[in-house]
Amino acid sequence: MALITNRLLVFFGLIVLLLNPVKVQAAVDKGEMMEFEAGKNIMAHVVDAHDWHLWGHSSIPLPVIIYSKARGLDVFLSSAFHHGEMTWKGYMLNKDKKVVAVKEMESVPAEQATLHEKLTPHLWDLSITKNVTSLIISIILLCLIFISVANTYKRNPNRPPRGLQSFLEPIIIFVRDDVIKTGIGPKYEKYVPYLMTLFFFIWFNNMLGIIPFFPGGANLTGNIAIAMTMAVLTLIITSLSGNKHYWQHIFAMPGVPKWVLIILTPIELMGVILRPFVLMIRLFANIVAGHIIILSFFSLIFIFSENGANPGAGFGVGVVSLIFTVFMTSLEVLVAALQAYIFVFLSAIYIGSAVEEAHDHGVSHESI
Amino acid sequence: MELVKPEFGLIFWMTISFGILVFLLTKFAWKPIMKALKDREQSIENSLKSAEKARSEMANLKADNEKLLVEARNERDQILKQARDTKDQIINEARGKATEEADRLIKIARESIHNEKMAAITELKNQVANLSIEIAEKIIRQQLATDEKQKALVVEMLKDVKLN
Repeated sequence: MALITNRLLVFFGLIVLLLNPVKVQAAVDKGEMMEFEAGKNIMAHVVDAHDWHLWGHSSIPLPVIIYSKARGLDVFLSSAFHHGEMTWKGYMLNKDKKVVAVKEMESVPAEQATLHEKLTPHLWDLSITKNVTSLIISIILLCLIFISVANTYKRNPNRPPRGLQSFLEPIIIFVRDDVIKTGIGPKYEKYVPYLMTLFFFIWFNNMLGIIPFFPGGANLTGNIAIAMTMAVLTLIITSLSGNKHYWQHIFAMPGVPKWVLIILTPIELMGVILRPFVLMIRLFANIVAGHIIILSFFSLIFIFSENGANPGAGFGVGVVSLIFTVFMTSLEVLVAALQAYIFVFLSAIYIGSAVEEAHDHGVSHESI
Repeated sequence: MELVKPEFGLIFWMTISFGILVFLLTKFAWKPIMKALKDREQSIENSLKSAEKARSEMANLKADNEKLLVEARNERDQILKQARDTKDQIINEARGKATEEADRLIKIARESIHNEKMAAITELKNQVANLSIEIAEKIIRQQLATDEKQKALVVEMLKDVKLN
């Protein structure tokens, strides 16, 4: 494992090394004298987008899918918006790069358009955004990796693992034995597929998020909607698996005076919601924080170089921020695995608490 | 703030695609992988068990062999001891018989010697007697060869006779 971590570290170090001067150079070449807004830039990188920025002014346009009762379904490429400068079919991108409805149905420059205040809140934006694209890419890759590994298992039954299989097998066994079995207990088998998928999905996407260029770079696991979906799935599975013992402990804690239940039951119920909520926040905040820190180090270069006006300071700070970025990126590699582990382990513990059979009291059964 | 506002579209796509991912991986990856892992663990466990069994069987066999060996050794010792005993017995018996025979022979010999001796002595006695008689006869014949001598003898004898 140590070797792999070292190699990844070197790999990401190289990527950062390669990328950093290019970025600085680009800014210097263009000679843009605009004020560099670090906060805005960083946010633009960590949130979702309707196109996939590659470099400079190059980006991959992605499909915009908008549905509303009034206008029906509209599907077109995001390049129609010209990076938010034009409207298209009665829609445009607002300053947060979100699709909003405008009154003009023909294509006009964005600043001349008038916002359709009534319709905008009723728009269903099902666009294939940067994150959705990244999601699909990661799903295809995960399927390819694991189905090929599964086929290796089928081809060579009862043989020592080889190739990709030998890299993944210890992780699979670790997740099965030390995460899922430990968290859930003897009835773990039913939950292995979900939790295993969850672990590798989070880990893989965390890693993809660290890679700064296509097909990585989308901040998928650091997106609250993604984290929320997974946390809600865990909540649903936990609630559906909950046995009598579990619900009894929530609604009528045994061995507690009736009047205490008036206080205890709402607390327990809150705990049911709070647990997935904390899962969501932990994953989202950790990943997004990592991205923000790395982007902040990069932004420092542009701030100190006054966006290209002072290249010397930019290079000077660049060296320092590079060292910090390498350090942070390697830390992020660790965090990527750690957060996947924590999310899945806690999910397993929550499911475990729901399927656990009644036992002697005095054993702690609460954990958030 | 946009960062902490979950987008509906993303939740929608995430639910669908994550569902598909879970389905696909369950069907095509986790089930075969888990089965393969379990099978392999089972086979390793079985192999270990059978190895253990073979080892214990070997140990049993070895113990049996040892036992057989010990038994065989004991038997050999016993047979050897018996043989030795028999040998001793035979020797003793033979020795006894030989002694007896020797004794008997010696006794017979002694008797025969004794008899011979006795016969020889008797014969010698007879011869001596005969010789003595002959000698005496000769002496007497010589002493009484003349009349004077006979007369002298008679005188001699008559001298001793006391006439009461």
